[in-house]
Amino acid sequence: MNREMIVCDNVSKTFETSRGNVDVIGNVSLTVHENELLVLFGPGQCGKSTLLNCMSGLETVTSGSVTINGKVIDSPGPDRGVVYQRTALFPWLTVMGNVEYGPKVRGMSKSERREKAQYYINLVGLEGFEDSYPNQLSGGMQQRVGIARAYCNEPDVLFMDEPFGHLDAQTRYLMQEDLIRIWEKEKRTVVFVTNNIEEAIYLADRIAVLTNCPTSVKTEYGISLGRPRNYVDPEFLRLREEISSVVDKAL
Amino acid sequence: MAATKKKSYIWLSVLSIAVFIFVWYIACDVLKLTDASTLPGPKTVVRTFITKLSSTAPDGATLFEHIGSSLEIAMSGWAMGVIIGTPLGIAMAWYKKIDLYARPLFDLIRPVPGLAWIPLMILLFGIGLTSKIVTVFLSAFVPCVLNSYTGIRQTRDVHLWVGQTFGASDFQMLMKIAVPTSLPLVMTGVRVALGASWTCIVAAEMLASTKGLGYMIQQARGIYRPDIIICGMITIGVIGALFSWLLTLVERVVIKGVKR
Repeated sequence: MNREMIVCDNVSKTFETSRGNVDVIGNVSLTVHENELLVLFGPGQCGKSTLLNCMSGLETVTSGSVTINGKVIDSPGPDRGVVYQRTALFPWLTVMGNVEYGPKVRGMSKSERREKAQYYINLVGLEGFEDSYPNQLSGGMQQRVGIARAYCNEPDVLFMDEPFGHLDAQTRYLMQEDLIRIWEKEKRTVVFVTNNIEEAIYLADRIAVLTNCPTSVKTEYGISLGRPRNYVDPEFLRLREEISSVVDKAL
Repeated sequence: MAATKKKSYIWLSVLSIAVFIFVWYIACDVLKLTDASTLPGPKTVVRTFITKLSSTAPDGATLFEHIGSSLEIAMSGWAMGVIIGTPLGIAMAWYKKIDLYARPLFDLIRPVPGLAWIPLMILLFGIGLTSKIVTVFLSAFVPCVLNSYTGIRQTRDVHLWVGQTFGASDFQMLMKIAVPTSLPLVMTGVRVALGASWTCIVAAEMLASTKGLGYMIQQARGIYRPDIIICGMITIGVIGALFSWLLTLVERVVIKGVKR
């Protein structure tokens, strides 16, 4: 087993709203190992994204702690890349401009960051689209740019918040396949949030099944199926059946 | 398919102006429904226009000199409005303290029409260039502040999160995320300001001036020369439309990645 990369220790999060306090996360303890692909799987609106935001530092935890690489997380930082639900690309920048954004902010020289960005653009299969603007790309291509952008900053950890949730079914399968290809070539610690069980089993090294709000880890499954996985493999279907029966039903 | 469609639209636009001039011509020059000393036809106006290009009668300057004078004031006032107003709007939207400090004063200035400043400006600076430039500046300044402020406020949270996760500083996020987001509205502000400047200068010249298109029109009214008035109005309209078109071109260069 690789070393521990992300450690959530008794994390809870309460939002103060005008209608009183809302507990979104209740005592989550979770460990993600280096280069592991962990899927957070749970019903809609169960607080998965909030948990992810606590790990990326966009939200602060109410109690408990998140440590990454031994460092306590209290604000966002370049060691953690995020791929968002809907495309969060900068519409005024080209594909190249978006992908090289992180290194540019850190002050890397133009030739160096161009080379790096080009590598990741090629990796996600967007060679030839460097000068296109996001609105000229399909939804799937936009999310590829999002993945390349997160990768290009060379973070230790990648967080993906339902990145394929708004794609049509065919594109979604394709993106899952490609994500695994990219990840196997460039191994990173990935935390992937989804509410789609097939996607979870297809991608994960390990699945953490979350409960409804306030969310906590209900149970965990290590997925030892070889890759590439087959959606109709008997073991795949058995896991699907088993995990389906465990997860809370959302409204 | 799309190209042929576009072509027919351009044709329609040309037609609208042609029909207008034609009706005007029939009514005034052919049927003579109006007296030439109250509403002349296009023939008279064109003749006056050509004469006025080189003649200084009856108001002491040629048409070009009037245009030059109006443009000079409108442009300087407008440029000042853009240069001061846009950064102020951006700063107010991004920095809470600047907003708190500048907003009360701005809210008081905003509802005062540009022209309402003229009497005070004349008392302060006389009827020369300065009083009018300041008046134009105030008319251009307000839309620049308002639009850049709104533009910055449209910055999406998720874009700021991206900046944060990449470790961008507050100033980097302002310059590289919020300002690009605001550009379309900043450009709208610049365009509205230009329209306001042009309107304002002509009106200001009618009240107090010795030259300029507004002055020319005002003088022509005094001596019953509706042909000169109409000449002036058409010139004002054409120049205004030209500006608007030029700024559209600039917008196309400046604003990237937007569906048109």
